Amino acid sequence: MEYFAQQLINGLTLGSIYGLIAIGYTMVYGIIGMINFAHGDVFMVGGFLALIVYLALVSLGITFVPLALMIVLIVAMALTALYGWTVERVAYRPLRGSFRLAPLISAIGMSIFLQNYVQVAQGPRVKPLPPVVTGGYQFGVPGGFGVNISNVQIIIIATTVALMTGFTLLVAKTPLGRAQRACEQDRKMASLLGVDVDRTISLTFVIGAALASVAGLMYLLYYGVVDFYIGFIAGVKAFTAAVLGGIGSLPGAMVGGLLIGLIETFWSAYFSVEYKDVAAFSILIVVLIFMPSGLLGRPEVEKV
Amino acid sequence: MTVAEHDAVTRSEPPAFAAALRDAFVAALIALGLAAPMMGLMATPGPEGLKLEPHWQRVAIAVAVVFVGRLILNLTIWRPGVRKPKTANSPRTDAMLARIAKLLAPAAIVIAVALPFLPGVERYTVDLGILVLTYVMLGWGLNIVVGLAGLLDLGYVAFYAVGAYSYALLAQHFGLGFWICLPLAGILAAFWGVILGFPVLRLRGDYLAIVTLAFGEIIRIVLLNWYWFTGGPNGIGQIPRPSFFGLEFKPGPDGFAATFGLQFSGLHRIIFLYYLILALALITNFVTIRLRRLPIGRAWEALREDEIACRSLGINTVTTKLTAFALGAMFAGFAGSFFATRQGFISPESFVFMESALILAIVVLGGMGSQFGVAIAALVMIGGFELFREFKDYRMIVFGAVMVLIMVWRPRGLVSSRTPSVFLKEKKTIAGALVQEGHG
Repeated sequence: MEYFAQQLINGLTLGSIYGLIAIGYTMVYGIIGMINFAHGDVFMVGGFLALIVYLALVSLGITFVPLALMIVLIVAMALTALYGWTVERVAYRPLRGSFRLAPLISAIGMSIFLQNYVQVAQGPRVKPLPPVVTGGYQFGVPGGFGVNISNVQIIIIATTVALMTGFTLLVAKTPLGRAQRACEQDRKMASLLGVDVDRTISLTFVIGAALASVAGLMYLLYYGVVDFYIGFIAGVKAFTAAVLGGIGSLPGAMVGGLLIGLIETFWSAYFSVEYKDVAAFSILIVVLIFMPSGLLGRPEVEKV
Repeated sequence: MTVAEHDAVTRSEPPAFAAALRDAFVAALIALGLAAPMMGLMATPGPEGLKLEPHWQRVAIAVAVVFVGRLILNLTIWRPGVRKPKTANSPRTDAMLARIAKLLAPAAIVIAVALPFLPGVERYTVDLGILVLTYVMLGWGLNIVVGLAGLLDLGYVAFYAVGAYSYALLAQHFGLGFWICLPLAGILAAFWGVILGFPVLRLRGDYLAIVTLAFGEIIRIVLLNWYWFTGGPNGIGQIPRPSFFGLEFKPGPDGFAATFGLQFSGLHRIIFLYYLILALALITNFVTIRLRRLPIGRAWEALREDEIACRSLGINTVTTKLTAFALGAMFAGFAGSFFATRQGFISPESFVFMESALILAIVVLGGMGSQFGVAIAALVMIGGFELFREFKDYRMIVFGAVMVLIMVWRPRGLVSSRTPSVFLKEKKTIAGALVQEGHG
């Protein structure tokens, strides 16, 4: 039982990270209908930027951890958002209205570019960071295994919940959210009614990249290591999560992220670590066979 | 057009140079924001953990390049504030390109056939030719799935892997030769194509893309972890080399060289492999061209254009999709078993997602549906890739950037026109813009 609870907590932590990345995929897909393949690499860039900002703060003498993390969070979000904006501006905006595979190939090119750009700029070696946040709580019977919740896990889950709440409010209540939902339904009509479509799409990329950079920071805190290759695997998993939850649906992305995180953790805990990705992907395939539009997605309407 | 741009046009035109300068300055500022943390501060592992190492020089260079580049572009190609109306390539250009392609194609085949015997051609060139032709074949195979049937497949490399492992395992366990294994590998890969095809029959568009990607990853992970069967990450070595219809390429009385009265040379096998892959690639091309004229080929293209119309007209979409998957996979299987026999060693390393992306990029960059365009794209990408081998990491950066640039420049690929397979009176080329691809 303790083992189960422990895996549940680990799974939720991992799922939160996937969910934060998945939102970027699902938002972009909802609004312009393309797979932003470079999003996983934007997450990786976010992780690196968080590391660099943290190291810069340490060398400036700011070692009070909560303050440092706060600054890292904000600066990394801003810098990664700039990357997200530039990627959209350079690689996707000129292809607006072009046929469907063109942005996808452009995105794959961008993904290769970002990966190797970071590798050249930061060197190919893995960057290990000693634990920044330590300690935690233990529950359960003395003498038994007990259930550990580390402070990092609490931070990750709490930040995700806070961001999700804020983000849901943003989409539901603000003019920007309204513009986003309008563009999602009908881009041409929205622009006729005075919504600046280009700006809305840019802001979507900015928000997606900012959330991805939070995920990057979480990854750095949780695993204590970043390298230029983490973007691909995390990106594919997060995209799987977005599809599983129903692409285009924001709660779906979060649910899908949590599910993928839980499946992966439980599979590694009870069966085999090697095949955890196979488990996640197989569940994706099975879900899609029986529910072709994902768990929470709207069914695709076929128009003649 | 945004309000600011509108104002800029209706009011007096600002001096072009000042506007260009301001725009370049903004671009440089953004480049500074991007480059300063990532390129300026390098996290280097030291004795006391990570430390930041300043590299401001690189930032300065990057910002300067962006500033000067943007300024030059602003003054020559782009005019700030004036947006060029977006048009597709004019049908005339497309028709001309298609005609050039038609003339060049036979010439290209002649050059390809003569290549090993041209003066000044060394072993390295022939090796490079083999590599390029492998990708040409894979591109043509994927073209059936993506270009003709319009099914976006991101896990094509899985079938390549199935072909390669089929040959390697059959040869290892049953001692079968290359010529028996080649069709077997094709059949097995086609079988896996059908297995993948079944669950994805109901999926459309991007769901299909992600499921094929997942399938490709599953195959790779299984190959990586199924130690006793596939050798895991160590792969399979000592895969037998192909024989010249039974004659081995070896020194000695019963070898290829002795039988034909030639001096033994290691080059013989390379040249033979070259012709083997050339023949396989041309067969792929020939089959594709002929299939497009058969009912099944027309059904594929109809499926790509409109699935609902297809179903209403009584086309069986199940068999149509499955045959496209199976045939595409079969050619990948052939290419895979060729790859295994050429390398003599295979491991899951060779079948990563990047390979799928590369093959898809070849198909799309070349212009989907255009056989010649795919061949050119394979030549340029793989050839260029090999030529700049010394630059290592930089070459991948350039590779990614070029992919983006080509898409921005010609979203429909290099040769983006095609000849219709059915026509009423005269044959006209169709501009790529009129053809919907990849809507799945």
